[in-house]
Amino acid sequence: MDPEVPVLSVCDLGIVRNVEIDAAGTVTVTVTPTYSGCPAILVIEQDIADAIIAAGIPSVQVQTTFSPPWTTDWIAPDARARLKAYGIAPPGRAESGGLVQLMRARPAVQCPYCDSHDTEIRSEFGTTACKSLCWCRSCRQPFEEFKAI
Amino acid sequence: MSGSKGSVTPPVAPSPNVLFETLLRLGDDRLVLGHRVSQWCGHGPILEEDIALANVALDLVGQATMLLHLAGEVEGAGRDEDALAYFRDEIHFRNCLLVEQPNGDFGTTIVRQFLFDVYSVVQCDALTHSTHPELAAIAAKSLKEVKYHLRHSGDWLLKLGDGTSESHDRVQRALNSLWRFTPELFAADDIDRAAFAAGIGPDLAALQSQWSSIVRDVVARATLTMPPDVPIRAGRTARQGAHSEHLGHMLAEMQIVARSHPGAKW
Repeated sequence: MDPEVPVLSVCDLGIVRNVEIDAAGTVTVTVTPTYSGCPAILVIEQDIADAIIAAGIPSVQVQTTFSPPWTTDWIAPDARARLKAYGIAPPGRAESGGLVQLMRARPAVQCPYCDSHDTEIRSEFGTTACKSLCWCRSCRQPFEEFKAI
Repeated sequence: MSGSKGSVTPPVAPSPNVLFETLLRLGDDRLVLGHRVSQWCGHGPILEEDIALANVALDLVGQATMLLHLAGEVEGAGRDEDALAYFRDEIHFRNCLLVEQPNGDFGTTIVRQFLFDVYSVVQCDALTHSTHPELAAIAAKSLKEVKYHLRHSGDWLLKLGDGTSESHDRVQRALNSLWRFTPELFAADDIDRAAFAAGIGPDLAALQSQWSSIVRDVVARATLTMPPDVPIRAGRTARQGAHSEHLGHMLAEMQIVARSHPGAKW
């Protein structure tokens, strides 16, 4: 599970890119970080290794890849539903191409509590790198959005 | 990056030194700015900004970690990213002058961040076409993050510039004061020319024109005035190790724990 978003597993997030087992029984897991500076990276790698060892595999390697870069488009529909139920607005589609769309009109984020689109972004950066802070004008509650990246 | 379509001349193979120096320049910009921005943690003007600046700092230090790790591998002298960050002295840092300037007030921090974020976006975009695959991968990852940084700093520049007369004057003063450090970003030396020839680094003249058009657009919309162009300072640049008096103080603070307890783990 993601230590910061405990309703998503590392597979739901698309962090685990590959798992291989060689003839000697060593399991190699390839992961990609969400954000370059995500402080949870080392905890996640350790948790993966611990979980595999706990499952009875004696030898584990966790390696990192940066390509292709992680995108929230890899988060599956059922995982998005769990995010919403947890109170975090799931990410929209990640923009591709286009060098800079500074101050672009972002589609309104849907409030995970009351489903209203009458919301505003208070800050592009929330309690973790992967989320932004929003405010619902309809139910008057603050909420977080999982940023599309 | 290198060569035009249909060119028969293969790119000049980069010497390890050119690649190493290029990676240090990229990594040190982000390490130094990341540390500077992290100094706001606990001091932000409002809670949301405290959190935002800490997030930006984390991304920058994360990008620096990837770049300096790769630099250490290219160098092949057994130095990892921590050795490069904590055990090099000021003259061996290759960051530009802009990023080492003190935080000043919030407006100064935002102007410095905006000028760098635009630079970083156009630079990372160009570097996604680098012939060096690992560098291209780091650039593609970083580009997604720095677009958010630019949206944040650009948004604030508009708010402060087009805000009260106090906020307007403060960011205008900051822009005037920091402007003299911007020509250095695009002053190509032998390392930059060799990196471009080898296809690993971008054409700085092309970056400058992209950077300039975005900066001018946002500055105008923020109701600010573009400062007059300034010539680049003669002599060695910060990219060649000639830094302002501010970097040494910052490094002393950043490096003291690692140097006092070499090899410490926590």
